[in-house]
Amino acid sequence: MEIKGKERYARQMILKGFGPAGQQKLYKAKVLVIGAGGLGCPILQYLAAAGVGTLGIVDHDTVELSNLHRQILYSVADVGRLKADCAAEKLSLFNPDIEIISYPLQLSNQNAALIMSKFDIVIDGSDNFPTRYMVNDACALLNLPLVYGALSESEGQVAVFNVSDANGRKVNYRDIFPHPPQPGEVLNCAEAGVLGVLPGIIGTMQAAEAIKLISGVGEALINQMLIYNLYTSHTYKINLTAAEAEENIVPPDLDAFMETDYNWFCGFRTAASEVQELSAGEFREIMLDEDYEIIDVRELAELPLAPFDHIRVPLSEIRKKVPAIEKDKVVLFCHSGVRSIIAGELLLEKYPAKEFYSLKGGILRLN
Amino acid sequence: MNIKILLFGRLTDLLGQSVLHMEDVADTDTLSRRLSGQYPGLAQINYQIAVNQEIIHGNKLLTDGVTVALMPPFSGG
Repeated sequence: MEIKGKERYARQMILKGFGPAGQQKLYKAKVLVIGAGGLGCPILQYLAAAGVGTLGIVDHDTVELSNLHRQILYSVADVGRLKADCAAEKLSLFNPDIEIISYPLQLSNQNAALIMSKFDIVIDGSDNFPTRYMVNDACALLNLPLVYGALSESEGQVAVFNVSDANGRKVNYRDIFPHPPQPGEVLNCAEAGVLGVLPGIIGTMQAAEAIKLISGVGEALINQMLIYNLYTSHTYKINLTAAEAEENIVPPDLDAFMETDYNWFCGFRTAASEVQELSAGEFREIMLDEDYEIIDVRELAELPLAPFDHIRVPLSEIRKKVPAIEKDKVVLFCHSGVRSIIAGELLLEKYPAKEFYSLKGGILRLN
Repeated sequence: MNIKILLFGRLTDLLGQSVLHMEDVADTDTLSRRLSGQYPGLAQINYQIAVNQEIIHGNKLLTDGVTVALMPPFSGG
């Protein structure tokens, strides 16, 4: 297979240990990137630049203005467009000699195996636990190398899963984190905030791991997890080993995988919740009604401040101690509408006679 | 006997520091229990433990001078 547009790779093809053979391996490789957000953008840009022959992009989301400080493939004119299509278009212009496949859809246990089986390596740049466990399980069942990366405020984690080391041992995400955290326990970037350079650094590390795996240069983070702290510039490496079989509960086969409810597994019970969701319009009407208690369940430092009468009881406090609530109708809100439902369900157990409502989409929807 | 404890992610905020020291703690289960007693919020947080940069599964005996890392899962991307 002749590499198209060879000249652009000249500087890496003269690199000792990589050479034309390394370039040929990249050109033959098929890499699927889950998520075209903060991590996905640098992953895609560097892999397209490096000459990976086939790149798949899965993302169902659209570009928002608040994405642009870290999702550097997009510009102001792209706001509202599907990220997968937009990224594919830009990368095709940037490197017309590689194939780019856009999947502008929500990855689910019904379509994941079908999509992933067309690729050699999967890179996880998603932003939530149900997707992370699902991608991990699909890769484990399909025996696909998985380059994992995730962020929390000023820190990032990177690891390579499902690749055997010299002793034939391999690990996956469930060997490190067998039990998913409860919803709202770990905040994502939309809730906790992140400096735009952090996903740039972690995503670039993931792209580097993929290039090392494909070309064979260097030592990939096989059976290791690297933790990077942006504020202190510290890195810390952990050696990983497989957990006991009863601890690591990847579904036994693809049929079982397709029957696994990953939202349920990660504690999301919103489908059957008795906490009724309110639209922004309904919320604005209720805001003025004195029969309703309005409670902000975000942590104390979270912004923006709500410009209407309310009280503030963080979800972490509600978990520790039942707050006193006077009124019989209670409207809860948070940043994006996830934690307010959890808070509502917790409070409903303590106050079964009261009515609990949650602002759908959170305070973000009020603007 | 002195154990050094490294904290990651939200645990740093919750405990107000990124490095802790603890005396006379026999194993990792005891360490988790003692920390949860001192910092009640910790009992409700999921984290994985590494001892001297090796991930552990189950309870592990601790010896003088070891470094224990407490790592919560991250979801952001």
